[in-house]
Amino acid sequence: MPSLIDLNLEGLQVARHRPWPRTVVDSAVWSFAARMLSERQWQLLSLWGEPASVHMALFDPRSGEVGIVSLDCPHGSFPSVAAKHLPALRLERTITDLFGLKPDGAIDDRPWLDHGQWGVHTPLGAKTDASSPSPAYRFLPVEGDGTHQVAVGPVHAGIIEPGHFRFTVSGETVVRLEQRLGYVHKGIDGLIAGADLARAAQLAGRVSGDSTVAYALAFARAVETAAEIAVPARAVWLRALCAELERLANHLGDIGAICNDAAFAIMLAQFGVLRESVLRAADAAFGHRLMRDVVTPGGVARDLDDAGTAAIRKALAVVRSKLPELIELYDSTASLQDRTVATGTLKPALAEQYAAGGFVGRASGRGFDARRTLAYAPYDELRFDIPVLTEGDVDARIWIRIREVEQSLSLVDQILDRLPRGDIFIAPTLPAEVCEGLALVEGFRGDILVWLRLQGGVVERCHLRDPSWFQWPLLEAVIEGNIIADFPLCNKSFNCSYSGVDL
Amino acid sequence: MDVIADIAVQGVQMLLVFLLAPLLTGFIRKVKARLQRRRGPSLLQPYRDLIRLLRKEVVLADNASWLFRAVPYVTFAAIWVAAALVPTFATGLLFNWTADLIVIVALLGTARFFLALAGMDIGTSFGGIGSSREVMIAALAEPAMLMIVFCVALVAGSTHLSTVANYIASTAVGLRVSLGLAMIALVIVALAENARIPVDNPSTHLELTMVHEAMILEYSGRHLALIEYGAQLKLLLYVSLIVCLFYPWGIGVFGAGPVAYLAGAALYLFKITIAGFLLAMFETATAKMRVFRVPQFLGAALMLGLLGTLLLFVSKGL
Repeated sequence: MPSLIDLNLEGLQVARHRPWPRTVVDSAVWSFAARMLSERQWQLLSLWGEPASVHMALFDPRSGEVGIVSLDCPHGSFPSVAAKHLPALRLERTITDLFGLKPDGAIDDRPWLDHGQWGVHTPLGAKTDASSPSPAYRFLPVEGDGTHQVAVGPVHAGIIEPGHFRFTVSGETVVRLEQRLGYVHKGIDGLIAGADLARAAQLAGRVSGDSTVAYALAFARAVETAAEIAVPARAVWLRALCAELERLANHLGDIGAICNDAAFAIMLAQFGVLRESVLRAADAAFGHRLMRDVVTPGGVARDLDDAGTAAIRKALAVVRSKLPELIELYDSTASLQDRTVATGTLKPALAEQYAAGGFVGRASGRGFDARRTLAYAPYDELRFDIPVLTEGDVDARIWIRIREVEQSLSLVDQILDRLPRGDIFIAPTLPAEVCEGLALVEGFRGDILVWLRLQGGVVERCHLRDPSWFQWPLLEAVIEGNIIADFPLCNKSFNCSYSGVDL
Repeated sequence: MDVIADIAVQGVQMLLVFLLAPLLTGFIRKVKARLQRRRGPSLLQPYRDLIRLLRKEVVLADNASWLFRAVPYVTFAAIWVAAALVPTFATGLLFNWTADLIVIVALLGTARFFLALAGMDIGTSFGGIGSSREVMIAALAEPAMLMIVFCVALVAGSTHLSTVANYIASTAVGLRVSLGLAMIALVIVALAENARIPVDNPSTHLELTMVHEAMILEYSGRHLALIEYGAQLKLLLYVSLIVCLFYPWGIGVFGAGPVAYLAGAALYLFKITIAGFLLAMFETATAKMRVFRVPQFLGAALMLGLLGTLLLFVSKGL
């Protein structure tokens, strides 16, 4: 069985692509890679385009290698990956929408991000005028006796992000769910192309508001690997501190919010208090509740002083003192357990096929965690467990979060104890020649991938891939056979990002 | 003279439930908020919400029929009349001699029937989902409710609420197992009928999980105000019913004079405060159940009502 390394011999390796190799291949090797994906030998990390080429990031779970293969598309088309490997489907449709590159043998020719509202088609490619209204979106047909459709969104009764869910139900049972996203397309791919470093870092930190640290960190690490910038040790540790605080705040909020969707509001209130104490500590320590723009290429923008350390330790003490009771409450409330256990089960095989990251993957037996699997600093020196369960239901996703909260509490302690002294920032100097970098960072939802190319002091092209790209489609699979009233519970337990996939 | 007194007592009763209903809702919300470590809105917030809704314009869907516009008035009227039939501070209401417990069940059934029709009138999927769920719950709750009525009527020898309240309040009924069973059954029915947790969540924003709220999703302005007001009246009605049937002590017996009426009113307020507090406690401690668990939940109420009734045939002392 060929490994990813062998693939590099099949094509032309690109110079100054770090830390893993990128290889320009021909369409035969490209198709071979797609076949290896479909045979579950490799996993898809991302698939993205440029005006005249497409790239595919691959992960070999046996050897833990990462590699990128690229294919030039002089004729504006490339062999479809989605035809062989379904998880690539939405990414492939996005490439067509943004760059106008057509997948040969595509199984789905509908647009994904392009809702016909931009005024142009393929805004990053040939930019064709789109003054005539585009045809109505075709939802996949469903046939059967007694089925009817329930359309939910994009405007919801609560204040959440916009997304359309087309349910086909038979009575209360969901026969099929089809999602339609892309309502919050911000054009970040286009904005970031040609932006200077400071502006690009800002944009990257705004892809998905609740993961701003993880995004900024992934972007910074991609820049630093590409330009071979050595970040001061204290900055590396402070970044991990921010990332763990972000994970803590989000997981705490999520646990409460999932229970609230089962009308168990007391958990939302109690976990809301815990989340708030973490956010306030982050505000005291880093000057921003969500720590936006703290992580920048070259280091961090703000040092941690003694008052900040004390605030974080105090918040941690609050969380530690309250958490066991609340976990006990969750575990012993039969009416709540009745809702979460065996609801929305994701089968491990599916999680593996889609390379689902974060709590979605780890609740279904996929032990991937970028902090461990691709051990980046300072996690290679820290002690922590990666909790993995195999049940794959809502309950398992809550338990993964609870266990990760415990791990993050311990990580924050270790970081504060061992925080090195010294500089926190080194002004990044970009090399004159073209260089490329790839970084994977574990956000609270899962692994965030950032690939970029630096040229002449600006970011020439940057691709940001949210973990939700591979989690949204799984939600469609998970709800099938459940009752429609349980969808909010399943949805909240996935808590996918709209903003992150709409870009 | 008697007729005038009758009318006066009945009028005060109608006014009392009318004014008190939003306060009970506000009180329950407040207690729930405090139990969740929130400050919660003011007790008077439901009144303000109703006034705000009354002032707002009505937005109607293009395909709304006359039924959709008429239903809020029909349901509100039906529920208000039903609420006027339940003795609160005094027994012997004028309407009581013409309408009994079975009429109350029928009036509430009428209100629900029209609301379910209105839910389907616009043709949106949520209205349909809400109506189908509501009718499913109603189909299970009504038999249980009738069993409770039979059980109580067998003990008291009448289905007239005034007679029942007088009987239970004035004679040495003692501890009756069948009445205890009927009370638990009535609490379950009340939770289901009023769209409370664990059957429904009155404060949810999740369209897909709603029952009552999904039905009325298309309503706005004064129509919505009437429906909300109706729902608040219905909650007060059920609380009053439980109090009147099972804890009538201190209720002003008809013709006892203003002092007894005032004492009865004070005690009544105290009793519904306790009931509201218990409801808030229960709702905080329980998650909502799956839709398909509701039949089991209401089936338990039916069985309890049936058991209570059967016990009365086995032994007069139970």
